[in-house]
Amino acid sequence: MENGQHAHIVKYKTFVVVLIVLLVFTFSSVGITQIDLGVYSVTAALIFAVLKSILVLMYFMHLKFDKKVYALMTAGIILLLMIVILVTFLDYLYR
Amino acid sequence: MIMNDHTQIDEHRDDEGAKTGMWIFIFTELLLFGGLFIVYSVYRYLNPMAFHMAAEELDIFIGTANTVILLVSSMTIAMAITSIQLKRKRLTLILMGITVLLALLFLVNKYFEWTGKISHGIFPGSEILHQSSQGEILFFGLYYAMTGLHALHIIVGVTFIGYVMWLVKTDDVKYDDYVILENSALYWHLVDLIWIFLFPLFYLIT
Repeated sequence: MENGQHAHIVKYKTFVVVLIVLLVFTFSSVGITQIDLGVYSVTAALIFAVLKSILVLMYFMHLKFDKKVYALMTAGIILLLMIVILVTFLDYLYR
Repeated sequence: MIMNDHTQIDEHRDDEGAKTGMWIFIFTELLLFGGLFIVYSVYRYLNPMAFHMAAEELDIFIGTANTVILLVSSMTIAMAITSIQLKRKRLTLILMGITVLLALLFLVNKYFEWTGKISHGIFPGSEILHQSSQGEILFFGLYYAMTGLHALHIIVGVTFIGYVMWLVKTDDVKYDDYVILENSALYWHLVDLIWIFLFPLFYLIT
């Protein structure tokens, strides 16, 4: 069995860089929503949230370094969620 | 080494299975919060003005501070895995300790935020909310339910990480056997992940 002998060791530096990028995204999303962009401020805030969650999933949660099956399953669940959101809104938008 | 491997066969252990189980649990959590996000978006779509007014009530500063706190704590618990792999037990414990402290700080902020709201008479079933519009009642209902459920996850995460800290201390978790530390870290990142979406939806988009 796997005893973690050949586990991938992520460098501390990688995590620091990821954190800095995450913080930059956070402050950017705070900044951009302070400007009145109408509907686009929702879009902008959500784009930053999606970018941040990709970083957390890939680096902090090791999806980039683990077996690909975890990344595939995660992608599947996110796809399922997006389909459910799409179907719900197709209903509400075209009633 | 071969002798060692032989004696370890009895010690039923399946790291890959443990991790897969944790991921599947995380998927159910994503679907749980995903469902709540859908409820939020639909009500926001139906009551845009009320949600706009209500969201202005929330303090962006506290929200941002808590986001920074969770992001840093996510990094420290991720680093704890690197340090246990490098056989640095003391550093692992320090990094996990920082994660727990930051989590408690998050809860303290949340406490002040909630009590601030409550002292202004904004809580489910309050007089002031009864006189407000349907949309504002929905916004604050969702605010308390979703951030409350998230805070509950923080408490569970702190307990989990605290328990794993004990295991690290007693050498039950070490450089060649740390899947439970990985799983507690995965859980903690999930808590972070949910907050990444709660923060813009409640605090930023007004």
